[in-house]
Amino acid sequence: MNDSLILICRCEDVTLEEIKEAFNKGFKDIESLRRHLNIGTGPCQGKTCIPLLEKTLAQLSGKNEIETISTRPPESPVPFGVFIKRGKKE
Amino acid sequence: MKSFDVVIIGGGITGLSTAYYLNKMGVKNVLIIEKNYLGSGSTGRCGTGIRQQFTTKEHIVLMRESVKLWKEWENSLEHPIHFKQGGYIWLLRNNEELKQYKNYVKMQNLLGVPTQIISKEEIKEIVPEINTDDIVGASWCSTDGNAYPFEVIDALKFFVESKGTTIKTFEEVKNITLKNGLIQSVITDNDIYYTSFLVNGAGTGAKKTAKIIEIELPLENYRHQIVVSEPLEDFLNPMVVKGELYFTQTHRGRVIGGTDMNESPTDSISTSIDFLEKFATEVVKTIPQLSSIKIMRQWAGSYVVTPDHHPIIGPSEISNFILGCGYSGHGFMLGPIVGKLLASYIIDGKMFLPEADNLTIKRFKEGKLIQEKAVIG
Ligand SMILES: Cc1cc2nc3c(=O)[nH]c(=O)nc-3n(C[C@H](O)[C@H](O)[C@H](O)COP(=O)(O)OP(=O)(O)OC[C@H]3O[C@@H](n4cnc5c(N)ncnc54)[C@H](O)[C@@H]3O)c2cc1C
Ligand code: FES
Repeated sequence: MNDSLILICRCEDVTLEEIKEAFNKGFKDIESLRRHLNIGTGPCQGKTCIPLLEKTLAQLSGKNEIETISTRPPESPVPFGVFIKRGKKE
Repeated sequence: MKSFDVVIIGGGITGLSTAYYLNKMGVKNVLIIEKNYLGSGSTGRCGTGIRQQFTTKEHIVLMRESVKLWKEWENSLEHPIHFKQGGYIWLLRNNEELKQYKNYVKMQNLLGVPTQIISKEEIKEIVPEINTDDIVGASWCSTDGNAYPFEVIDALKFFVESKGTTIKTFEEVKNITLKNGLIQSVITDNDIYYTSFLVNGAGTGAKKTAKIIEIELPLENYRHQIVVSEPLEDFLNPMVVKGELYFTQTHRGRVIGGTDMNESPTDSISTSIDFLEKFATEVVKTIPQLSSIKIMRQWAGSYVVTPDHHPIIGPSEISNFILGCGYSGHGFMLGPIVGKLLASYIIDGKMFLPEADNLTIKRFKEGKLIQEKAVIG
């Protein structure tokens, strides 16, 4: 199948082709790819795509080990309203 | 033997902007060494804000000039940096603040920055959603704005690499050698590089780096947190500031912002629920409709702070060791002008703005500190 049709990140619409292009431009680690392509920054916060990206990257760089990244809170999106301190003085 | 005209420690905006101007001015044999990935320091963690509303001549003039360069970058860099002049709207909470900011506005106007004091009605015209119940007016500068840090990093990376700059990532500077009182080489965990000039753009690592050659920098790291929301329709053009709170909307539609937790210095960049509570409380008071908007991500980074909240730029006691650090929370917006000043210093032996000469490390020895009062989040 054509790489431009293989969607790695559904939330931010990033294809395998774009990942390969970025890799060839020098974005060779997950953090750099994440910033460059916004992969993994959508509503699911990379839960679906980062494991796929890790695998892809291991293949592209010919490494066996898989690099992982830190997850950032919150685990799943929560509205600002939930965090308001009601009745408390500032 | 690998040798360079200029070696730069740090792949944040300071390092990349300095390389950019060196390359533009004809110096091509430049090396940037970054211990992690480009933008991994404060640059990639920052709040995107670019403003000229400051309270000292040094900051106002440097930022007035930096905004001109941001415009040039927006127009000339091939990769889009999303620089936008949406303005900064600084909400004033009482008459005392109003009086104070009227004075700042006078000073900014004298130095050529078009700030003005506006009424509650005028605030509503700019951002109708702002709750004006607990404010008396605002200080408004329409030429302030923001840009997107990782796009800036990418744009500069592509430019400097095309001009011949070498970038080494995941390589850490471990040692520096001197010969006859001048820097001779830089030793990393991987190699050794000889150089005519060394630029210290190492952010939170700047103090440690200078210490290797026994230069003491009066820097302390303070944790600052920041949060972004889910993407929304475009509704907020300016950066909104109110007390310790600041927020705006990015070009990807997300509300991004922070507030000050007034913590003691620390190297920690972990995140806290306390921050989310304080930010949410303040932001929802300012724009009540944001209450139902979902938070996507929270992270932290460091402000590298000097005793007078102004950066340390230019030459040091060792004449080929150049400093660009201690921005006290304003290093992203200052990036273009600092890069140009440092490149000029390396090439011509002088920085082209007299105000920049007041910002060298010498001021701490001579007791010539400059106090900046407008520090936020
Ligand atoms: C939450 C937050 C919000 C902010 N908001 C704004 C804002 O709205 N506007 C604004 O102008 N500024 C803002 N700032 C401040 C701004 O981010 C910094 O002042 C600016 O990014 C500094 O850039 P720099 O290139 O000097 O440092 P950095 O971006 O920190 O880069 C320094 C680099 O040096 C590397 N390094 C360190 N030691 C070594 C070594 N020994 N060898 C090799 N590499 C090394 C680091 O890994 C790092 O990447 C904010 C900061 C934070 C934390
Ligand atoms: S699939 Fe990539 S962020 Fe959700």
